[in-house]
Amino acid sequence: MLTGTARTWLDSALADAAARTPAWESHFVTAGRHCGPTHADSARALLLRAAAADPATLTRLYHHGATAERRAVLLALASLVPGPEAVPLVEDALRTHDTTLVAAALGPYAATHLTPHAWRHGLLKCLFTGVPVTAVAGLAERSAGDTELARMLTDHAAELTAAGRPVPTDLPRVLALTAATVMATATAPVEES
Amino acid sequence: MRVFDPHIHMTSRTTDDYQAMHDAGVRALVEPSFWLGQPRTSPASFLDYFDSLLGWEPFRAAQYGIAHHCALALNPKEANDPRCTPVLDALPRYLAKDGVVAVGEIGYDSLTPAEDTALAAQLQLAADHDLPALVHTPHRDKLTGLRRTIDVVRESALAPDRVLLDHLNETTVKEAADSGAWLGFSVYPDTKMDVDRMVTILRNHGTARVLVNSAADWGRSDPLKTRAVGDAMLAAGFTDDDVDQVLWRNPVAFYGLSGRLRLDLPSPQDLHEGNSLLRGGE
Repeated sequence: MLTGTARTWLDSALADAAARTPAWESHFVTAGRHCGPTHADSARALLLRAAAADPATLTRLYHHGATAERRAVLLALASLVPGPEAVPLVEDALRTHDTTLVAAALGPYAATHLTPHAWRHGLLKCLFTGVPVTAVAGLAERSAGDTELARMLTDHAAELTAAGRPVPTDLPRVLALTAATVMATATAPVEES
Repeated sequence: MRVFDPHIHMTSRTTDDYQAMHDAGVRALVEPSFWLGQPRTSPASFLDYFDSLLGWEPFRAAQYGIAHHCALALNPKEANDPRCTPVLDALPRYLAKDGVVAVGEIGYDSLTPAEDTALAAQLQLAADHDLPALVHTPHRDKLTGLRRTIDVVRESALAPDRVLLDHLNETTVKEAADSGAWLGFSVYPDTKMDVDRMVTILRNHGTARVLVNSAADWGRSDPLKTRAVGDAMLAAGFTDDDVDQVLWRNPVAFYGLSGRLRLDLPSPQDLHEGNSLLRGGE
């Protein structure tokens, strides 16, 4: 809960965002120090929503952003971008080795729009880098019936076991999910050829 | 002993260094942007570097329990290359970022007119963004360079007490102190200052407004020189409080002028980004 000067600042920043004055994008940049690290993500999300930021704006804010700004854009994709236009941002974040970005990239937007190949590699990256799979949106739905994901997980576990290293506790949990029946409502894109 | 290294180039260092620094008491640092050894050829090269100082490097540091902030600027050497100077147009966008606590390193390298222009322009940027400035003093013709630096600061919109004059030594400390600026000393294995001379300067000059850094980079340098100065100060009879002032409170006070210093770092085990580096890259 924001109070005092932070609350006043946010109210004013949101008014700028709603009116899309030139200042609103700089508010998005500085929201962290005005609202504090605890509220930075939610303050930035409110600004993006107030401005109804379109994919072009989100792409610019992402590429011009430091890590916290990029994370805020990724977290906002599902509510602001109905189509696949922002998939390149998710793919960019999944190429990084910063797990705060990897975790944010695998939200509901990725669950809906990421191709099976990219999504599986994102999931495997979580296991590899220690991101809890609870951060991955649509985990059960997308894993269900995915025999290729099951193969990748099994191979990864075998590689770790051969090296004498522990298998992450999340790995068998996801492997179990792949054995479930595919849900009829799944709308994920089909594998590219 | 808690240590804040106010000038170190971690992009040039390994995770072993981060571990050794943490073991030695380093809990915070500032990484100023500088020359990479290999000249850059375009502003885009700077932008990727700035992104790294705002993103990847703080992420690495956090995994070793060290708070990482940065200073951004066009460095003095490359201020002479017209292929690089357009980065000045992109700097305002970067100086607004949360992790930026100063403009720097700016200053003189070869004392050219192009360096005059870049220094004055970036002191103005610091004033515009309410940031202090880290000013490198030249390695060649240092005293002349210091005097010219002080003149340009005096003519700028930035107050001297928001300027850190760095790489000082016995020949420049007095005039630098008289200017009202903060005083930075880089302690190196062979060049710049050494540990014993640093202690002598502290004895003669006092601990007020003095910052000691390792300026460790890709050259022969040592990221543990800050701690070595703390140990030498204690051996020479300085108190724990004197050491804390030089190695922690003075850098916190200087970079705190930005209003953006955050030293409440989560412990490495609290970060779910905890082990990607510890396990190695892909």
